[in-house]
Amino acid sequence: MSDELYFKPLTELAALLDTKKISSVELTRSVIARTKAVDARVRAFNSYDEADALAQADESDRRRAAGKARGPLDGIPVGFKDVIAVAGQPLTASSKMLANFVSPYDATVTQKLKHAGAVVWGRLNLDEFAMGSSTENSAFRATCNPWDLARVPGGSSGGSAASLAAGEAIATLGSDTGGSIRQPAALCGVVGLKPTYGLVSRYGLIAFASSLDQIGPFTRTVEDAAVMLGGIAGHDPLDSTSYETKIPDYRGELKKRKGPWRLGIPKEYFGEGLDPEVGAAVENAIAFYRERGCEIKEVSLPHTDYGVGVYYIIATAECSSNLARYDGIRYGHRSKEARDIIDLYFKSRAEGFGAEVKRRIILGTYVLSSGYYDAFYLRAQKVRTLIRQDFLNAYREVDAILTPTSPTPAFKQGEKSDPLAMYLCDVYTIGVNLAGLPGISVPCGFSSGGLPIGLQLIGQPFQEAELLAIAHAYEQGHDWGERHPKL
Amino acid sequence: MNYEAVIGLEVHVQIKTASKMFTRVAAGYGHEPNTLTDPVVLALPGVLPVMNKAALDAVIKAGLMLGCEIAPLCKWDRKNYFYPDSPKNYQISQYDQPICLGGSVEIELPGAARNVMGEHKRIPLTRIHLEEDVGKLNHGASDSLVDYNRAGTPLMEIVSEPAMHAAEEAFAYLTSLRATMIYGGISDCDMEKGQLRCDANISLRPVGETKLGIKVELKNLNSISFVRDGIAHEIRRQHALLESGGTIVQETRDYDGQTGASQSLRSKEMAHDYRYFPDPDLMPVKVDEVWKSRLKAECPELPFDKQRRFLGQYEIPYTITSVLVWDRELSDYFEEAAKLSGKPQATGNWIVNDLLREVSVARIDLAQSKVRPAHIAELVKLIEAGTLMNNVAREVFAEMFTSGEMPGIIVEKKGLKAAPTDLGDLEQWCREAIAASPKALAEFKAGKDSAINAFKGPVMKAAKGKANPKLVDETLRKLLTVL
Repeated sequence: MSDELYFKPLTELAALLDTKKISSVELTRSVIARTKAVDARVRAFNSYDEADALAQADESDRRRAAGKARGPLDGIPVGFKDVIAVAGQPLTASSKMLANFVSPYDATVTQKLKHAGAVVWGRLNLDEFAMGSSTENSAFRATCNPWDLARVPGGSSGGSAASLAAGEAIATLGSDTGGSIRQPAALCGVVGLKPTYGLVSRYGLIAFASSLDQIGPFTRTVEDAAVMLGGIAGHDPLDSTSYETKIPDYRGELKKRKGPWRLGIPKEYFGEGLDPEVGAAVENAIAFYRERGCEIKEVSLPHTDYGVGVYYIIATAECSSNLARYDGIRYGHRSKEARDIIDLYFKSRAEGFGAEVKRRIILGTYVLSSGYYDAFYLRAQKVRTLIRQDFLNAYREVDAILTPTSPTPAFKQGEKSDPLAMYLCDVYTIGVNLAGLPGISVPCGFSSGGLPIGLQLIGQPFQEAELLAIAHAYEQGHDWGERHPKL
Repeated sequence: MNYEAVIGLEVHVQIKTASKMFTRVAAGYGHEPNTLTDPVVLALPGVLPVMNKAALDAVIKAGLMLGCEIAPLCKWDRKNYFYPDSPKNYQISQYDQPICLGGSVEIELPGAARNVMGEHKRIPLTRIHLEEDVGKLNHGASDSLVDYNRAGTPLMEIVSEPAMHAAEEAFAYLTSLRATMIYGGISDCDMEKGQLRCDANISLRPVGETKLGIKVELKNLNSISFVRDGIAHEIRRQHALLESGGTIVQETRDYDGQTGASQSLRSKEMAHDYRYFPDPDLMPVKVDEVWKSRLKAECPELPFDKQRRFLGQYEIPYTITSVLVWDRELSDYFEEAAKLSGKPQATGNWIVNDLLREVSVARIDLAQSKVRPAHIAELVKLIEAGTLMNNVAREVFAEMFTSGEMPGIIVEKKGLKAAPTDLGDLEQWCREAIAASPKALAEFKAGKDSAINAFKGPVMKAAKGKANPKLVDETLRKLLTVL
């Protein structure tokens, strides 16, 4: 294990800060120095504001000195996926469309983390408008996987996963629409949690697909994820889809919930396309739980095969409408060539959006069109209900479901040029979003080539405390997450 | 051939709420451009809508007043189209499940004369739904500017069935609908401020035919009179076209109220595909019976119902009721004054003829008038009791309008009380008046009753105008019969 501050888990650093063994300024300086040292290779950041971060760290230190520290997040540098609004900071969605946009307001999660004393640190790269699974769709740069710089970090929250794996932040925030937190977490060897739809406010998150998007943390440990979730979860009057539920002490619950659990293994998630090394790592994880007295049951999620199809109808339909606001009228890229208003729309959007974003807008526009709505969108919504029902049926017998996070470890940059091949990266993660469930990816091994492998655990709605406890039990028996890439 | 016009109206009414439909920023009119905005109104990246419950309350209330069926669920849809006045490039609206279904607007057509009640009809409604207003474009010579102050203002769309057949019906429909909305406190319906806007669908068909003809939509009808004139013009235009063997093209036309002419804006081929779908950012809202009955209890009596009650309960003339009932505040004022005075007819006359004239001359609102219902009631009572004579009462009225003092006090102060029933003086004055005009006496004796008036002037003069005319008349007749 490294002695460097930037590789330590959040909870350990919180203890060091609490006992005044380190200061937030010291910690933040360590993270900034590390970023300056490695980000030219990792390319995880779109931008960062060093002076601003240090000023926040200094404030945190003053609070602590005055005995007014605000808890475990106070003084911790947290990186933000560049789709989450921070007042006064750029908000680009890694799109040319918003290359020069600065947010005048804070997202609710930003407000919450600021209130908890966290140091808001850096804007992290992603696939443009969170559309992709490799971060290659960024208009600015392709982020590299710290474990093998020739490979992708996954996506769309590739910058959030890679920066954390590379020691450029202590925790990061991402967003997950079809696997955009869990898949890059798996590919970069960190913990990634997608909360239940409605647990974390979406206010201030640039919308891709409103009914699927959810903000969640990337962390080094499950306990860190529990702390981060506690910092961002909760009903928000500014988000009508956020749910009114009591937020438990997730970290405290980890110690109280000991199992044994009944774990479901969906046979549909272990078929064709699964890399044998990934399959073996997940089998080992299953064996671990069985040895710990957990009941392992095969379950069926019969509508799994429809997941990718349903997802690409619903997500594209919603995005075609959500992205309509980027028109060059009020803010964002405006073409200098336009002759009239229609021309302004056409040219600004043609110049401002990348190929994948355009592809999805066109798909979504098509499926919502008069005459096609019933056949595509309406039917997809019905199948979505069946997919959710599959999971709820399974939960009559099991407490959580265990699957691989991604069919393969990190693939090479440029390897998946066919959009459909790229879409299949999310085959194990998409169902969770369609069903609105919580899912977590925890490191569960390495490939023979030294690439991280992720284990996905899927929980019941709003049962994050239980899900985290199950993941925590696995983590306690393994040290995968304590390894760091050599950069 | 004889043709029948078929008219349906789509009316947009801005709902009077403190804040906008889906965000906390204030709604209003006449502010500096783009000051009533926030990240949600401007559709900045990442923002989300949150429904304004007061606006939903208002539209449900409007629906209940018009006898609509209220949907059990308020569901939101996105209407997708690109236009610079729409910041999100979609409008949050209600597509397949409007909050109000059915219902009707009662109208009154012009009567045979001003003082005769016209025919009443009910124009059925198709639906009422809730949505958000768009911004305003200001076109310059070389560019266009957008003001988003109006964007996001709660707006309801009231769609009538194609059930009107004359421009006068459309006029009556809008008049009644507008009054109803103002009554319910739903909107101020000021058309100049765009708080009420109307589009009309007009088609013609041969009399006896049940199928609808090809319709033309008239837009930009920005006063109730322009709606009437525009529809009348369109009916004439279509009629002339059909008569000359032409065919109607389905299109949208712009009517210019100033010139009285219309021109085509776009034809059907350019119709939008709005790609409606349920808004995933907004949860449907359940509207239960408790909610509905709370709003039902807030619904006021509608103008026509009130008019029928006034005619029956107070026995006041139709012309007076038709002034009183269209203004909720005025009708409440009248009822309070009538209750205090016990004389509704006289009370109604004083309010309609005198109070409204003074209020109008002074350019104030009724609410600002110092004359309150108690003043009117006391004035009426003083007259009825014979304490105050009509001509003097006008003077008292003018005085109380300026000072706000009660009429009784003004009468006391100024010594305007009608002459006491000291018959000694009165009889004396009457005798002197009769004696002074033998010619009138002779005429009266000969059967000309109006000759009695010749004595009244001198009596009044002797009484310094303070004699009770009724008493003067009685006294004169008593003396005349014995002469």
